[in-house]
Amino acid sequence: MSEYLLEVKNLKTCFELFRGTVKAVDGVDFTLKTGEILGIVGESGGGKSVTGFSLLGLIDAPGRITGGEILFRGEDLLKKSEEEMRRIRGKEISMIFQDPMTSLNPLQTIGRQIDEMLALHTDLSSAGRRARILELLNEVGIPTPEDRLDCYPHQFSGGMRQRVVIAIALAANPRLIIADEPTTALDVTVQAQILKLMENLVKKFGSALILVTHDLAVVSEMTHRVVVMYCGKIVEEAPTAELIRAPRHPYTKGLLGSIPRITGVRTPRLPQIPGMAPHLFDLPKGCSFAPRCGYATERCREEVPAMRELSAGRRAACHNPVSTEKRTAGNG
Amino acid sequence: MLKYLLKRIFQMFVVLFVVSVIVFCVMSFTGDPVLMIVPPTATDAQIAEARIALGLDRPLWEQYSVFLGNLLRGDLGVSYMFKRPALTLIVERMPATLELVFLSILISLAVALPCGVFAGARPNSPLSRAIMGGSLLGISLPSFWVGILFIFYFAVEKGLLPSSGRGVTGLLFGVPFAFLTWDGFRHIILPAVTLALGTLAMLIRLIRAQIMEVMRQDFIRFARAKGVSWSSLLFSHALKNALVPVVTVFGLQVGSLIAFATVTETIFAWPGMGKLLVDSINTSDRPVIVAYLMIVAAMFVLINFIVDIVYTLIDPRVDLR
Repeated sequence: MSEYLLEVKNLKTCFELFRGTVKAVDGVDFTLKTGEILGIVGESGGGKSVTGFSLLGLIDAPGRITGGEILFRGEDLLKKSEEEMRRIRGKEISMIFQDPMTSLNPLQTIGRQIDEMLALHTDLSSAGRRARILELLNEVGIPTPEDRLDCYPHQFSGGMRQRVVIAIALAANPRLIIADEPTTALDVTVQAQILKLMENLVKKFGSALILVTHDLAVVSEMTHRVVVMYCGKIVEEAPTAELIRAPRHPYTKGLLGSIPRITGVRTPRLPQIPGMAPHLFDLPKGCSFAPRCGYATERCREEVPAMRELSAGRRAACHNPVSTEKRTAGNG
Repeated sequence: MLKYLLKRIFQMFVVLFVVSVIVFCVMSFTGDPVLMIVPPTATDAQIAEARIALGLDRPLWEQYSVFLGNLLRGDLGVSYMFKRPALTLIVERMPATLELVFLSILISLAVALPCGVFAGARPNSPLSRAIMGGSLLGISLPSFWVGILFIFYFAVEKGLLPSSGRGVTGLLFGVPFAFLTWDGFRHIILPAVTLALGTLAMLIRLIRAQIMEVMRQDFIRFARAKGVSWSSLLFSHALKNALVPVVTVFGLQVGSLIAFATVTETIFAWPGMGKLLVDSINTSDRPVIVAYLMIVAAMFVLINFIVDIVYTLIDPRVDLR
């Protein structure tokens, strides 16, 4: 078996719509080791969530995975039947969704929804499952779990529901958890708690985590490595600390620049990346980011930049990567 | 809960009172029952006498107050034609209508649930398209025409099933029911299927639309991410969530089936309340018509009340207060 838990190679997911084909994920490569936390960052519509759903084979028509490989523990998930995938979902790879208000079934008690996961993927007896449910609820910080088993989701706050969702995701002790914007729908104060909880539990259970988010602050606190996506492609990948300190792709630099800072020099206006992400129907000819990029040259508008290794563990798809020394006002 | 119950019962009385006023007023504008009762050779004096005997000479509000007083004592008047209490006449016919309606409901549910769920889960499959096409026919074709067609094909051409009447009945709790005997059961099939068609077709469409809506929800995707199987996804997650609007419409449909089994009963000469109503309208038998409408109104109110209770059983978020 390879050293990686997950190896995604040249993954392509398309949506065949009335107006034409949209390449939501266009040739994405990344790897993940056991216990590692990977961040996937980008703007809305950048293909982050679709990447996450592709890993679980949960792309619905008109969407389709059109190419690539998803090697999970050495086996290609794309070659698995639906029945085989069903046994992997939840047990090997589980998912945490963006909005805890809508990801739980409103008509089932939370006890039953956790129980369903255990009944599907473990051999526990019903008493054993009950004990495990209480343990899980305790683990995710729900006080007096015995009294909460028979509650319905609407009797919980958003943060509490997300804790339940996390309990469900962890129930079968999966090797990989994909969290799709797990804190976006929550209050800021609750966000921090939930992230801390996820970080601790992932460590404790020894799972790997893919954190899909647009929030670089979240990424900088939790992840080991970051993949930045723009218009369905990976534009930069680096260890988190390095990426935050010295982004090489102008898009990453722009994302980092648009985070307001409390300390240091106050800029009169919060910098932002000019323009809007192009629609996936009509991507520009060369680099997708070129129209919004302060570093763009004629070459960027003509030729799609290939992914290049810049240094160990760092790569970027850019003709003119931001130099680590240069401090230009360009985009940032 | 008790407070809610009392409130609902009070509402029921208000509704029934309003219905009684409307029914009574409308009835007094339609035809002159006296002329239907007296022999064609009756003199003017005899007609006037009959009018006084029936109390129809008094002003409308007075007639109504007598009617209301009797109603509160459970007396809905005496049929002009049969010379028997209207309530008794209707109650006698009720089992026939109820068994017909009940069987129609069973047929509708047995067909509409699987078809609707399937058509909603796989909207693009050829079978779903066939189901939807069929349901469109079911909604568009009038039941009197379908009924006649059934009689023509199954009774006249093939001689498989009887075309009219209720056949031999068996007793259950002292009440005669047709479905208890083989002969009676053969009699009930055609009218029950005819009556079921419209409801069935509408339920299929409604269930399909609801399932499609629910299948788009996040929690369905989350359940799939848990590794839940397709059938369990549909029946234990999606269906229950799709049911609330379906139950509402279903309740109203049950009411209308009871009230408007009239057409089907007439075609198949089924001796139920609907046929009694049509006969009574033909003879201007006012007490029977009024009594029938009051009973049907009461049933509607009751069914709606039951539907509300069922909501709470389906959806824990519904709070009756």
